[in-house]
Amino acid sequence: MWDNVKDFASDFFVTGDPLIYGADVAIVLTMVAIVSALTYFKKWTWLWKEWLTTVDHKKIGIMYVIAALLMLFRGGIDALLMRTQLAVPELEFLNPEHYNAIFTTHGVIMILFMAMPLMFGLFNLVIPLQIGARDVAYPFLNSLSFWLFFMGAMLFNLSFVIGGSPDTGWLAYPPLSEKAFSPGVGQDFYIWGIQISGIGSLMTGINFIVTILKMRTPGMKLMKMPMFTWSTLSSCLTIILAFPILTVTLALLFIDRYLGAHFFTLDGGGNPMMYINLIWMWGHPEVYIVVLPAFGIFSEVVATFSKKRLFGYKSMVFALMSISVASFFTWAHHFFTMGSGANVNAFFAVTTMIIAIPTGVKIFNWLFTMYRGRLSFPTPMLWMLGFIPCFVVGGMTGVLLSVAPADFQFHNSYFLIAHFHQVLIGGVAFGYFAGLYYWWPKVFGFKLNEKLGKWAFWLWNIGFYVCFMPQYFLGLMGMTRRLSTYGWDKGWYELNLISTIGGFLMGIGFLFQVWQILHSIKFMERDTTGDPWDGRTLEWSIPSPAPMYNFATLPRVSEKDDWWEEKQRIAQGGAPSPRPKLEPIHMPKNSGIPIIMSACFFVAGFGFIFDWLWMAIPGLVGVAACMLAHSFNYNTDYYIPVEEIKRTEAAAGRAI
Amino acid sequence: MMKRLRRLTAVLSLIAMTIMMTGCTDKIVVLNPKGEIGKHQLDLIIISSVLCLVVLVPVLILAFYIAWKYKHRPGKDTKYSPKWEHSTKLETIWWGIPIVVIAILGIITVKYTHMLEPSKPLKHEAKPLVIEVTSLDWKWLFQYPEQGIATVNYVEFPANVPIEFRLTSDAPMNSFWIPQLGGQIYTMSGMAMKLHLIADEPGSYMGSGANFSGKDFGKMQFTANATSQEEFDGWVQQIKGSSPALTTEGYLQLAEPGVSDLQSFSSIPEGLFQKIVTKYSSGHNHGSASEQADSKE
Amino acid sequence: MAHSSNRAVAAPSHGDGHGHEGHHDLEGMRMMGFWIFLITDCILFGSLFATYVVLSGNTAGGPTGAELFEMLGVIAETFILLTSSFTSGLAVLCMNKGDRKGLIVWLAITVLLGASFITLEITEFVNLVHEGAAISTSASWSAFFTLVGTHGLHVSVGLVWMIAIMIQLGRHGINSVTRRKVGIISLYWHFLDVVWIFVFTIVYMMGVM
Repeated sequence: MWDNVKDFASDFFVTGDPLIYGADVAIVLTMVAIVSALTYFKKWTWLWKEWLTTVDHKKIGIMYVIAALLMLFRGGIDALLMRTQLAVPELEFLNPEHYNAIFTTHGVIMILFMAMPLMFGLFNLVIPLQIGARDVAYPFLNSLSFWLFFMGAMLFNLSFVIGGSPDTGWLAYPPLSEKAFSPGVGQDFYIWGIQISGIGSLMTGINFIVTILKMRTPGMKLMKMPMFTWSTLSSCLTIILAFPILTVTLALLFIDRYLGAHFFTLDGGGNPMMYINLIWMWGHPEVYIVVLPAFGIFSEVVATFSKKRLFGYKSMVFALMSISVASFFTWAHHFFTMGSGANVNAFFAVTTMIIAIPTGVKIFNWLFTMYRGRLSFPTPMLWMLGFIPCFVVGGMTGVLLSVAPADFQFHNSYFLIAHFHQVLIGGVAFGYFAGLYYWWPKVFGFKLNEKLGKWAFWLWNIGFYVCFMPQYFLGLMGMTRRLSTYGWDKGWYELNLISTIGGFLMGIGFLFQVWQILHSIKFMERDTTGDPWDGRTLEWSIPSPAPMYNFATLPRVSEKDDWWEEKQRIAQGGAPSPRPKLEPIHMPKNSGIPIIMSACFFVAGFGFIFDWLWMAIPGLVGVAACMLAHSFNYNTDYYIPVEEIKRTEAAAGRAI
Repeated sequence: MMKRLRRLTAVLSLIAMTIMMTGCTDKIVVLNPKGEIGKHQLDLIIISSVLCLVVLVPVLILAFYIAWKYKHRPGKDTKYSPKWEHSTKLETIWWGIPIVVIAILGIITVKYTHMLEPSKPLKHEAKPLVIEVTSLDWKWLFQYPEQGIATVNYVEFPANVPIEFRLTSDAPMNSFWIPQLGGQIYTMSGMAMKLHLIADEPGSYMGSGANFSGKDFGKMQFTANATSQEEFDGWVQQIKGSSPALTTEGYLQLAEPGVSDLQSFSSIPEGLFQKIVTKYSSGHNHGSASEQADSKE
Repeated sequence: MAHSSNRAVAAPSHGDGHGHEGHHDLEGMRMMGFWIFLITDCILFGSLFATYVVLSGNTAGGPTGAELFEMLGVIAETFILLTSSFTSGLAVLCMNKGDRKGLIVWLAITVLLGASFITLEITEFVNLVHEGAAISTSASWSAFFTLVGTHGLHVSVGLVWMIAIMIQLGRHGINSVTRRKVGIISLYWHFLDVVWIFVFTIVYMMGVM
């Protein structure tokens, strides 16, 4: 009996690596600390009522951001471990299997569990405020999306200590990811972690499309929407078209592994190339899904800190929409080397290049927003300014990669690695950082410390170039991606060492950001104006942080950047627009179902991963029960009385 | 001022690094091709880079100039037009420039894509040498059907003779890449891909498996030796004289997952390569194994 | 299920979801969301159909669909599902007339027809497996079972959902919320019908031809 238990445990838990034992101890200690702290301060009820069951988009947004930053930490540690291993030739810091697991989890976490939730966090924090809405279209679904993402991410991360991590690359190409070549459970953790959070992403896409199309405040015509709202709309449209393909692809891979089907296997008539096509039909739009909102953020930031209208609004909208459409016609550029023939390659090369046109136009429009403006450079604007050169160079190397015959020499090399990190860090990460710094005072009611922020910015920026510029040359020197080590004879060591130093500079930059947040929580002054940057859009017209109902009365909008125009009118002696009479506000009630249902999904996923039907079936039954419970519940909303609105507004210093 | 200085140092150090790099181009194999295909690909890389730089450099200069010029300081009197948000003329210009650049690049790309299609035989008076390449877990098998020999993890061929690589895989997909001779192509099971390359001068060139294929994927490096025709013939005779034969059982053993040193074989089983390809053919009713292989040709 | 509305009065009446602002029609918004969900479901089925078309020839020497499909059963399934789509339409007509009883009865008939469709489909699957065509037989059969099975799973979910709505109709009668729910389920049911027509044409008809 005891031996059986021991056997089971040694298979079940990942063993044998001191790094992992260290992590085990850290995880257990952190959990014990959190649980004891909550118990000691009697915060369990507070946690449940205010956070875990909340349907308030602002709180959900905060939870997304926290989770994303934690994932950024883990993905970043993965990156630094890899850079350490590659710093010197023939290093035995990580063995090949461990290295393979680390680059896989790094990729998955950074795209799916860091960039996506950070993006959703910003959608949640900003969109309803920007369009003058009280909440998103489906607050319950919004909470469910978050918890599905969270449980999916937890399931994926669990593979670190239980069962073993996936190790077949972030897109898990078959036949390598099939049972024949990856018999372990790591690959199943990959499938279920992404699948569960993917359902959440799909629902968020639907939610925000309806929110933007249906819940804008009176007078806000589509062509008067702020640019971030437009970018969210284009990103969400791309989500709803792309994510079902991911769901199908992963489901087919799972059916292969679990039921012995032959979609992508080598035998039985399977076709691995089909997986590669399918996964990139999602995967390519996915990178545009994460970068489009960053474009939106830059558009807001650049207009605010130039104190000027965004240049070329219609061009910008058209560019966003055409990018999201075109992103569906470029997927095959990820495998020009598959030998599909000259015509196919030429087609996808040209479609890829075409995307550069609207992207280039956006850059010009941002530059001419600054032209004849009154520029100031607080941290959000600094990230904007750091973004332009970085993204322009990354975009240019992207065009180089799109030239199919030249790509034969770039493909799968460090040139490619450098390119996509340049657009994903320089575009997406810098963009989301800009967004976080910009909207932070709106969310928490105080600005982040500028001095520490500037340190973080320069460390990230310099670190970025030191890390990734050498990688372009490493690629041209023939260094291929995913190599766990290399010989002294290759002549790659100087540049690899430089690159590692750059990686650690970015790591220090991240530490500065953590310090900046902690420092600012303690020392920064509260912003009582609600409009610390002299902003342009509606979110700056209400107190910071926004009251739970956002707008005491819905604003009536007549122009783009209505809040800015209103301020101009008042400055010229005009009267503020009249406010309608206060009325009770209709609000959704909190619900525990989303978190419980997502936990059931987690249980079901875990059961399928280990092929434990006794666990998977109750999990699925739990999911169904939660859905029914929600369907039968007709008591889902309430009204905030006028008296309470008056009290809240007065406390925020607003006269009604 | 401080900030601008810091930005300047960052840019300068980048430029310095670039110059330092170009000082030792022979290490940068892609920029130092030794074969016709690689040279064409380098031409294409240079053409596309120049075309992109035409847009890139002005944009970067403009970005920093505008940021510097319009930075607001008390007492500074630059033009301020807060309501200026549209100019048909300007926007036409910057829709126009990228469209023109991309159109030019697109035309060049389409032309080169057809010219450098890997399955297209090279125009050359010499008859091409056929080498059959199989990626295994985690080693490369090279068979010479005309010479009847095989090698593992190194490949020899005469310079100035076109080489017709036929490629497949008996393991998860990999990618065959000899940077100095020209770009790569995937090796996929159930298919025989073709890649035509040529070495313009004798030399020892780095080759690698560029697509991740599992645990010891990093060990799938090989050397491609281009020699004179005489040396090549001598080498074939030497292999035939001194190396063991590759049997069908021997192949199965070789195909087992694991790494391998350099090996050579004096003979190969009849039709081994074709067998490896058909083994994974998707088994249409109408036996389309050869169809699949053929369709790639 | 925890509802912490600690600082507010409860909504005055159940089911009248429309807010005071006047321009957010909650139930209409939910209907729109469902339409968008259907778009995503279309893409899901589209991917599965594409997979089927690519793989349907890859039988790896095993049996083909043409050899094993029992067209009689399939035609019966088709007929039953089409009829159930019609009855779900009749249910909506009853709802529009305010006839709660008729609505529930027609929904019940729809559920029965749907259940017989599922029964026939399961029987078909069992027979196929007996004749040596399981999901692991070849890529062709993997794609067949996955595509047709996904449709069947959708129908089964619809059945449970429809029963739940019938119970809710019994409890709350016809109001704006149940009206929207019936509208959505009948939309969903018609959608599955359309998908089945594609399954019938692409999988079965083109399979045996």
